[in-house]
Amino acid sequence: MRRTVFPHKVLPWLLLAPQLAITLIFFYWPAAQAFRQSVLKEDPFGLSSTFVGLANFRKVLSDPNYLNAVQVTVVFSLLVAFSALAIALFLAVQAEKIIRGKGFYRTLMIWPYAVAPAIAGMLWLFMFNPSFGTLAWPLRQLGIDWNPLLDGDDAMALVVAAATWKQISYNFLFFVAGLQAIPKSLLEAAAIDGASRRHAFWTIVFPLLAPTTFFLLVVNTVYALFDTFGIIHAVTGGGPGKSTETLVYKVYNDGFVNLIMGDSAAQSVILMVIVITLTAFQFRFIERRVHYG
Amino acid sequence: MTKTSLWAICLATAPFAAQAQTEISWWHAMTGANAEVVEKMASDFNASQSDYVVTPVFKGTYPETLNAGIAAFRAGQAPDIIQVFDVGTGVMMGAEGAIKPVAELLTENGTTFDKSQYLPGIVAYYSNPAGEMLSFPYNSSSPILYYNKDIFQKAGLDVDNPPKTWDEVWAAARQIKESGAATCGYTSTWLTWIHTENFAAWNNTSWGTNENGLSGIPELKLDSDTYVKHFQALADLAKEGVFVYGGRTSEAKQNFTSGECGILTESSGGLGDIVKAGINYGIGQLPYDATVEGAPQNTIPGGASLWVMGGKSDETYKGVAAFFNYLSQTEVQQFLHEQSGYLPVTMAAYEASKASGFYEKNPAREVPITQMMGKAPTENSKGVRAPNLPQIRDILNEEFEKMLAGQQDAATAMKAAVERGNAAIRDAAGG
Repeated sequence: MRRTVFPHKVLPWLLLAPQLAITLIFFYWPAAQAFRQSVLKEDPFGLSSTFVGLANFRKVLSDPNYLNAVQVTVVFSLLVAFSALAIALFLAVQAEKIIRGKGFYRTLMIWPYAVAPAIAGMLWLFMFNPSFGTLAWPLRQLGIDWNPLLDGDDAMALVVAAATWKQISYNFLFFVAGLQAIPKSLLEAAAIDGASRRHAFWTIVFPLLAPTTFFLLVVNTVYALFDTFGIIHAVTGGGPGKSTETLVYKVYNDGFVNLIMGDSAAQSVILMVIVITLTAFQFRFIERRVHYG
Repeated sequence: MTKTSLWAICLATAPFAAQAQTEISWWHAMTGANAEVVEKMASDFNASQSDYVVTPVFKGTYPETLNAGIAAFRAGQAPDIIQVFDVGTGVMMGAEGAIKPVAELLTENGTTFDKSQYLPGIVAYYSNPAGEMLSFPYNSSSPILYYNKDIFQKAGLDVDNPPKTWDEVWAAARQIKESGAATCGYTSTWLTWIHTENFAAWNNTSWGTNENGLSGIPELKLDSDTYVKHFQALADLAKEGVFVYGGRTSEAKQNFTSGECGILTESSGGLGDIVKAGINYGIGQLPYDATVEGAPQNTIPGGASLWVMGGKSDETYKGVAAFFNYLSQTEVQQFLHEQSGYLPVTMAAYEASKASGFYEKNPAREVPITQMMGKAPTENSKGVRAPNLPQIRDILNEEFEKMLAGQQDAATAMKAAVERGNAAIRDAAGG
């Protein structure tokens, strides 16, 4: 194989410089600051600061509230990722069956993606807030004791619904593209062999969609873990009690509301480790087994 | 304006910088009508003299403004004046070196700072243990009781006599629910501020040791019988559906303005929204616990004050002092009080509003003032302070929510809140 050799030594670096500068300033610098902050105990104004080693980490990891946040995050992420994928796949498959107005239907489905998380949260809050929610009232008339302000499960259901709703569009888009890439001949062959639609879906379509599903699984998990802050902030603020306080929300709350910088920084470092492990694990072990068509 | 002309101005003015106006930045958290008042204050002051220009900058909610100020300070870019809400007071007081005490600033700049001109309750709240006023009270409010007269009528309650004690509130709320006059008898905003911090002051009951934290690091006393009894009553009402929980801050106001609830306890600053809702409302004093000796005592202010950041030039401080003097003027205070619904800061402004007949037309507006000034404050009623009050409020809210959801009784909730709160205070104090 012939190697292309570029004569310049400086030019490549120059071309890379803007990207490198952005990465260093906006990614490595804050990350380094978080590491530094995580081993310090400081007052909010930074007037006095003491090196405390790993004390912040010990404190965070032995805090029952932190373990609660871990549990909340796992439940929340699983629910959001699973529901967003399942509903989007269902809708994408249904959209394929439509003959007239396909484009219109698809456009409508994609719209919610353009809504900012905080706004999505507000929309759901307006619908389901027990005191002024338009849909909370009929729920109560039906005899359902709906109160996300005091009932942790109701609150969780509300944030999961809002977060899922916002992510469905994105997943839908990819599933539609994925479905279109599946050769029609395979489905026709299955039909000739007398396979039912359902059977054909689970044995042909679903396995062939695996690369898309895997990609979306990664994206959705990361979304549920990190991008849902706006929704939680707008809808529940982590409450009632601590029943919707995810890890990311706790970082914000401890750092910016309670002004405990050290704890908050230690938590973000832990989050960083979680993300690195998660990504490495997913790409090293799972990706190998995914069948890329 | 084009870039060129901007440059031209910069170049032209540069040599005369010494004579130019000194700019004073003022970060605030006011929205809506209150933001307009801020703008007017600044522009009127700017028009009144030519040495200084005060520039107000909106920085978001109270916590956001405080965080922006802290971040700016750490980056060496702190504003000159920053508006900090009541619960942030402890944080600011702990930041010696980052702030310039207001009393010191005023004295240094040739103004004799006379404490007696200011409302005593407010001065006490914003002073350090030695009695030195650290920040300039800007917008102060106090919790009061609002009730829906139509609902009272339907429930067969006395429309002209709102309940005065908590027991009367509970009874009236039950009557409202049972008579079917409304689906909810009573609701309240800010459970922490109204039912613990003000409850403590109003009923002369300790919130924490060391004068509720004013003279040192406090240890919470919220698990005493008076609180447990009060919160158990609230929990019982919640179970019966008589008390409806709205949320941690001012959300419950909507339960009242929508006509769902008959009685509401809320900040006097919330009056505007209630007027706007157009309901037939009445106002009463914050209820007290009649079983406690000495109640009612006095309520404590909420709201926010203006802090001056440290390390600024003498010229800037001179300007800030001039601005604060301007703000203390009777006409300005009177305008602020009558426009925004917040309390006047000086006695003179209160007297002026009184003399102008403002309270005869708006009797409700005097309630929070008389409440706060009723008696000389005791060690339980000067206010509450902790290095991490926002966090303490969070902890309390979490325990209240579990209690109101029926997961624990009041005794358990208060005990857990005190234990968690004290641990957090010790931690924040560096113990």
